[in-house]
Amino acid sequence: MTKDIFSVMAMSVVDGLPETAGELARSALAGGTPALEAVEKGFLPGIRKVGELWESGEYFLPELIASAEAMKAAMSVLRPALEKGGGTARSAGKIVIGTVEGDIHDIGKNLVAAMLSAHGFEVVDLGADVKLVSFIETAEAEKADIICLSALLTTTMIGQRRLIDLLVEHGLRHRFQVMIGGAPTTRAWAEEIGADGYAENANAAVREALELRQKAAP
Amino acid sequence: MIPALRPKLELLSPALMDRILDEAFLILGRDGVFFENAEARALFREAGQRVDETAQRVRLSRDLVERSLETTPPSLTLYDRSGEKSFHVGGDEVHFDPGSSGTRILDHDTLRERRPNTADLAGIARLTEVLDHLHFQSTSLVPADVPGGIADDYRLYLSLLFGTKPVVTGTFRTAGFRPMHEMLCAVRGGAEALKAKPLAIFDACPSPPLRWSLLTSQSLIDCARAGIPSELISMGMTGATSPATIAGTLVQHVVENLAGLTLAQLAYPGAPVIFGGSPSSFDMRQGTTPMGAMETMMIDCAYAQLGKRMKLPTHAYMALSDAKTNDAQAGYETGIGAVLAALAGINVVSGPGMLDYESTISLEKLVIDDEICALAYRLIDGVVPREEVLAAHLFEGFGPQTNFLTMPHTRKWYRKEHLVPIVADRELYDAWEARGASSIADRAAGRVADLLEKNPPRLPESGLASELRRIMEADARANGVTALPRLPD
Repeated sequence: MTKDIFSVMAMSVVDGLPETAGELARSALAGGTPALEAVEKGFLPGIRKVGELWESGEYFLPELIASAEAMKAAMSVLRPALEKGGGTARSAGKIVIGTVEGDIHDIGKNLVAAMLSAHGFEVVDLGADVKLVSFIETAEAEKADIICLSALLTTTMIGQRRLIDLLVEHGLRHRFQVMIGGAPTTRAWAEEIGADGYAENANAAVREALELRQKAAP
Repeated sequence: MIPALRPKLELLSPALMDRILDEAFLILGRDGVFFENAEARALFREAGQRVDETAQRVRLSRDLVERSLETTPPSLTLYDRSGEKSFHVGGDEVHFDPGSSGTRILDHDTLRERRPNTADLAGIARLTEVLDHLHFQSTSLVPADVPGGIADDYRLYLSLLFGTKPVVTGTFRTAGFRPMHEMLCAVRGGAEALKAKPLAIFDACPSPPLRWSLLTSQSLIDCARAGIPSELISMGMTGATSPATIAGTLVQHVVENLAGLTLAQLAYPGAPVIFGGSPSSFDMRQGTTPMGAMETMMIDCAYAQLGKRMKLPTHAYMALSDAKTNDAQAGYETGIGAVLAALAGINVVSGPGMLDYESTISLEKLVIDDEICALAYRLIDGVVPREEVLAAHLFEGFGPQTNFLTMPHTRKWYRKEHLVPIVADRELYDAWEARGASSIADRAAGRVADLLEKNPPRLPESGLASELRRIMEADARANGVTALPRLPD
C-alpha cells in the first residue's frame, strides 16, 4: 500500500504533474508519512528516473522542465517539515543563478536553472538583467555554493569577469564557486577570467555543477 | 518571345495568411507589446494608443498599424560607398550578404574556432568586396581586440574602410548610433545626402515574446529620423520564446515586427523598414537554435510571404549552417537555405559564411557560399527561351556527324546558360587524386588567399579615411579607449 503511494509520487514527477505532486506531498504529511521518507522513497526516485529518460534520449526539454516543476512543487510542501524535523533535504548544492546586468536574454539561463533543480540542486533564480552586487548579496544570504552567470551578448560577457573581480575585492572568492555560460562564452574565456566552471548548454551545466560540488567536498 | 517563368515558393494559402494577420491584430490590440523606451511610449500615447506606463505596455489599434503599413515604402534603394551603384530592395529581388555579428572565426589552419580581431574583420570586408554574388557586406564579426563598448561603430568603421558595398549593421548601445550615423554622413557628405542615398541597413531585434528593449526601440526611432532603413528581426524560438507551432510563431512574428514598424512610422512617417527576422526551430534536446533546420527555413519563407502580402521589403537569416566546420552539413544547410530564400524572393538574405548558430564566420565558407548563391541566382533566372526559335533550326541537315560542340549556337549561349563552378569539384577521379585529393574547404582556402593577394583593399580617398578615423577616435576616447588596434596593411 505505502509502496504504491511512493511509486505514485515518483510517477507524478516522471509525468511532470506539479499539482498532483503537491497534493501527494500534502496528503503524505497529513497521513503521517515522514517528509524525509516521502522525498527519499517517492519523489527522488522519480527525478532520478527523469534523468535516465533524458540520458537515453527519450525525454526532451519540455518533459524535463515539467518534471522539474513537479519536483519543485513537492519540495516546497515538504521542505518546512524536513527542516523542522532536523533533517535536511538531500540537496546536491545551492545555486544562485541569473543573467548579468545589461542582458535581458534568459531562455538559456531558465533551461539551466530547470535542469539543475531537476537534478537535486536548490536553485535561486534571480532572473535577467541582474546587478552584480545582487548575485553576491543573495549568494551570501542564501549561503549558496555556486554562483551561475549567464551572458548572451558579447557586451555583457564582461560582467562575468567583473563579478569575479568583485568577489576577490570583497574577500569572498573562496566562499563561492563561479560557473559561467551563454552563447558568446567559451571555456577559454572562463579560464581567462578565473571562473571555476563553464557549460555550453543546460545538460553540460548539470554535469559541471555536480563535478564542482564533488571537487569542493572535503 | 515567351517570357521566362520566375520560379517561386509559397508556403501559406491566402486563408492561412488572413488568419495569421487577424490573430496578430487581435494580440496587438488586446494584449499589446512591451516597449521599455519612454520616448517610444510617448509616441504611441500621442498617437492615441492605450499605454500602461507602469507596465511599459502599449496596445496598438488595428487602424494605426494599417495606416503605418500604408506609409511604409514597399521598396528602397541602397547605394554603395561611391554613391554610384544602386541596389533595389523590393519586389522579388534577392541580395545576399554575410551573416552578422559572429563572435568567433573558424581558423582554417587549425580547424578550430578562435576570437576574431581587427585583421579578421578587414579580411572579411575585403573578401566580401570581391565575391560577386554577395551584393552587400555586413559587420559580420565582433572584434575581440577593442572593448565591447565601442564594438558597434568600430565594426562599421572597418567595413567602410575596407569595402565599398552597402553595409548591413546595427547598434549595440544607444550611444552607438551617433558616431555610426556620423560615419555614414561623412561618406555621403551630409545627413540629407545620406537620406537620399542610404548606405547601410540597421538591424533591430525585439526580445521574444512581444518586447522591444530600450536599445532596439531607440534604434528604430533614430534610424527612422535619419532615413536609415531598419531591418526588423523578430526571433521567436519555437516552444521556448514563441509558440511551438510554425503557424503560431508566425503570429508572434507579425505582432513583434508590426509593433516595431508602427514605432518607426510614428517617429518619421515614410521611414524605410524591412520585414525581417531570425526565428528558429528550437532544439528540444540541446536547447539550441538551429538556423539550418528545415522548420526554421519554413518560418523564414512563410513570414517573408506575409511581408510581401503587406507590401514590405523582406529579409531573413538563411544560407547558413549550424555545422562547426565546412563539412557536408555546412553545404547542405546553406545550399537548401540559399535556394529556398531565392525561390521565396526574400530581398535581403543574411547568412553566407556563417557556421555554428550564426556565431562563427569562416572565410573559406564565404567563398563556398558565394558559389552557392550563384546557383540560387541561376535557378531564379529560370528557363529562358533565349531565341524565338529554340532548337528547330539546329537540326536542319541533321546527320550522324552533327556535333553541338562546334556550333556557333553553343558558343553563343553556353556561358549564359551554364555556371562554371570555381570551388566545387567536377574533375575525373584520377585528376582529382593527382592534384592532391583536396576537399572543398582546402580549395576554398586557396581561393581566399588568391583573391586577397590579387585584390588590394579598395580604401576610400585619404580625406574620407581620415574623417572616419577622426570620428572613430573621438568615440573611442569618449569611452575611455586611448589607442585603437593598428590597421592591417
